[in-house]
Amino acid sequence: MSLIKTEKLSHIYSIGTPFERVAVNNIDFEINKGEFLGIIGATGSGKSTFIQHLNGLLKPTEGSVFYDGTDIHSTKQYTRDIRFKVGLVFQYPEYQLFESTVFDDIAFGPKNMKLSEPDVRERVYEAAGFAGLDESLLSKSPFGLSGGEKRRAAIAGVIAMRPDVLILDEPTAGLDPGGQAEIIRNIVNYKTSHNATVILVTHNMEEIARNVDRILLINRGSIVMDDTPARVFSESSRLTELGLAAPKAALLAERLRVLGLDAGQGIYTTEQLRKALCEIKGLQGGNAHA
Amino acid sequence: MLKDITLGQFFPGDTVVHRLDPRSKLIVMIMYITGLFMAKGFPAYGFMFAVLVTCLAISKIKPAAVLRGLRPILIIICLTVLLNIFFIRGETVLFQYYSIVITLEGVYTAIFMAMRLIMLIVCTFLLTYTTSPITLTDGLERMLSPLKKIKLPVHEFSMMMSIALRMIPTLIEETDKIMSAQKSRGADFETGGLIKRAKAILPLIIPLFISAFRRADELATAMESRCYHGGDGRTKLNVLRFSGIDFAAFLFGACVIAAVIFLGRFAV
Repeated sequence: MSLIKTEKLSHIYSIGTPFERVAVNNIDFEINKGEFLGIIGATGSGKSTFIQHLNGLLKPTEGSVFYDGTDIHSTKQYTRDIRFKVGLVFQYPEYQLFESTVFDDIAFGPKNMKLSEPDVRERVYEAAGFAGLDESLLSKSPFGLSGGEKRRAAIAGVIAMRPDVLILDEPTAGLDPGGQAEIIRNIVNYKTSHNATVILVTHNMEEIARNVDRILLINRGSIVMDDTPARVFSESSRLTELGLAAPKAALLAERLRVLGLDAGQGIYTTEQLRKALCEIKGLQGGNAHA
Repeated sequence: MLKDITLGQFFPGDTVVHRLDPRSKLIVMIMYITGLFMAKGFPAYGFMFAVLVTCLAISKIKPAAVLRGLRPILIIICLTVLLNIFFIRGETVLFQYYSIVITLEGVYTAIFMAMRLIMLIVCTFLLTYTTSPITLTDGLERMLSPLKKIKLPVHEFSMMMSIALRMIPTLIEETDKIMSAQKSRGADFETGGLIKRAKAILPLIIPLFISAFRRADELATAMESRCYHGGDGRTKLNVLRFSGIDFAAFLFGACVIAAVIFLGRFAV
């Protein structure tokens, strides 16, 4: 059975005013335990609104959301429990930090779960480890940290709840490439060690290409594509139409094909392209300077 | 939610009322309020009400928007009505139960006070619904500019006001965002006693303050890098000028006051 499921989910903002706007339109969606899903879509396509339904923050205007077969909004208590099972990391999460020390800030979620003091402690240290935060930072004020450290502290605050589903809205936006790679590495680590389900919303196609096993493309509040990365990225002209772009490796492979060098179908990461090109040149192991 | 607050929200449009100079709108509004306080008796109040409804109709404001805006002050209106009914002692007693006395005069005063309050608020809606905050502060600055002679920083005040107005929706949005983020971490803003709720506000206030300061800082830098240095020698892109409809509006305002004084003679 699917872990999260939405049925005919629609969300309309400011209903009944001149500013009425349909953000999510009739979405049927399912995700299974352990999946790594990427959500892509142009700015304002309704991605953020959609994911806020998955942990019960927003109430659907129409339709319903199920977690483990039960409607998220069936009882108030269940909605609250879901918040701890489905961890949602917002865009620029560093702006939500408020405690006097990083430790206390990460402990905010576990404390709300009414865990005992030692349990909270254990989770804070574990989450800090997953987020790549040095333990010496825990006693510092979150406002004294660097941008990347703040971001990691905020992500740790969600991981500390040990959610079964981790949803991240552009977790790497505005960070340097090193910081971006590290955050993605940490997310993958958390996923493998907890067999968690991860939903990653991002504009960074390389990031998506390298990690996810399924992509959801949202445009104007509806799902346009729901497929493997290989299939989604093979339709590069369609992606361009929707204000997106395939990963650079996929674009390069396509350009090479046009120029007469066919590296094969379904290439969308740098590693794949490199391997394919090396095979063509008859080299083993891909140790050429491709 | 927070986003649905309409008090002081601008609805863009292209009616006569929208096109009026903000200064004349302000002046006519003050004239109308003066009229409201001079009104005596049902005919005068009825007339003022009719004037207001006509103006609302001309500016194409939806009645629903007006009613929604009135909702927050409903308690104040109810309280005024109750206080007036029970505490004004007139001659014609309608109802008596031990020391609780309701008189005809009390009921009348209650009705008039409620009408006056409602019309007062609605006429300010007429101003804020049809005038963008920027034009409004622009108008205020021009109206108060004689005060520059006595070294009052009029331009600075109006700049502060327009920035404050401009930031209200941004801060509301920000509050909404931070609230959602803390709710995702299990914060509970809805249940519990007063102290528990007050404590729950803390995770909201701190990030909000920090972001407000950050925004202020960024805005100041942005303004300075565009060479903003206060009001001295600064000219406007759109200079406010009175036109025919503005003089018509003044005439209208004067007529309303005259009519109210006249109708006051027919008060019972």
